[in-house]
Amino acid sequence: MAEKPTIKVETTPGDWRFPSANQTKRCFTCYIEYNKCIEAKGEGSDECTKYAKCYRSLCPGEWIERWKEQRANGTFAGPL
Amino acid sequence: MILRSLECRFLTIALCDAAEPWQLGSQDAATPMMQGIIDLHHDIFFFLILILVFVSRMLVRALWHFNEQTNPIPQRIVHGTTIEIIRTIFPSVILLFIAIPSFALLYSMDGVLVDPAITIKAIGHQWYRTYEYSDYNSSDEQSLTFDSYTIPEDDPELGQSRLLEVDNRVVVPAKTHLRMIVTPADVPHSWAVPSSGVKCDAVPGRSNLTSISVQREGVYYGQCSEICGTNHAFTPIVVEAVTLKDYADWVSNQLILQTN
Ligand SMILES: [Cu+2]
Repeated sequence: MAEKPTIKVETTPGDWRFPSANQTKRCFTCYIEYNKCIEAKGEGSDECTKYAKCYRSLCPGEWIERWKEQRANGTFAGPL
Repeated sequence: MILRSLECRFLTIALCDAAEPWQLGSQDAATPMMQGIIDLHHDIFFFLILILVFVSRMLVRALWHFNEQTNPIPQRIVHGTTIEIIRTIFPSVILLFIAIPSFALLYSMDGVLVDPAITIKAIGHQWYRTYEYSDYNSSDEQSLTFDSYTIPEDDPELGQSRLLEVDNRVVVPAKTHLRMIVTPADVPHSWAVPSSGVKCDAVPGRSNLTSISVQREGVYYGQCSEICGTNHAFTPIVVEAVTLKDYADWVSNQLILQTN
């Protein structure tokens, strides 16, 4: 049997820029911030982890997949 | 059946966390939010009864005294400044007394005051729900995701509620601040659990946030609350609140299951 991973119960904190119930823009912003961050600091940089945690926690998996596809096709709408 | 329902309301110790036949009141509160909603309902009901009694009395008196037999010659008063001022000011004051607790509750439900400990994504599909727990993954692919389908009508086991039970429940820890992200993948849905006081619409292309903090362990039942197609009635929601330790165990077990 595989080793039981220890679970740290924590999630990305609130963001004062997005105080409303609509969190769509926050997820998108985090996604862009993360990709800008790894562009600047290189893949696997510790400073980018918080952005990764943010968009993974807030964006539906389907959106992330779609954006990945769009970026591969060059049709992504964001500033990347 | 009514008797059975009354018995459930008043004679049992178990709390009411699912819809019942002939139910008239709210389900029992599991979150401070729902407690606030129930309290507000009772507060407003006080004014409601007051107005009902007052208006009924006026109506009955008017019908009793001013009819053809008792008053053959009608009076022709068409204007009265005093009574007009009173009947404008007085209802406004009543409305004000209703508005104050109402707005207080509305803003306390809206405001996210504390940082949550868990983010759960509830994604509505035609006609099931996908839940994503993505706080524990280190890449885009390996998030803890599962589908939650209803148990078909002819299939429930003894003790399961018809059309309310699902195959995979959403497990959450009790007494912990949760952030629910609600969004659909196709048409509008709504994620609603009456005991937790949450009814959050899932709008395509938008992700809505709602915060809950379940105060006691238990199983809470809800149903889709936005007409979403043929099987709208067969898209229930089941939240299982456990202790924080059990939650951590559940997550690690699920992660092992998903990686294997
Ligand atoms: Cu529906």
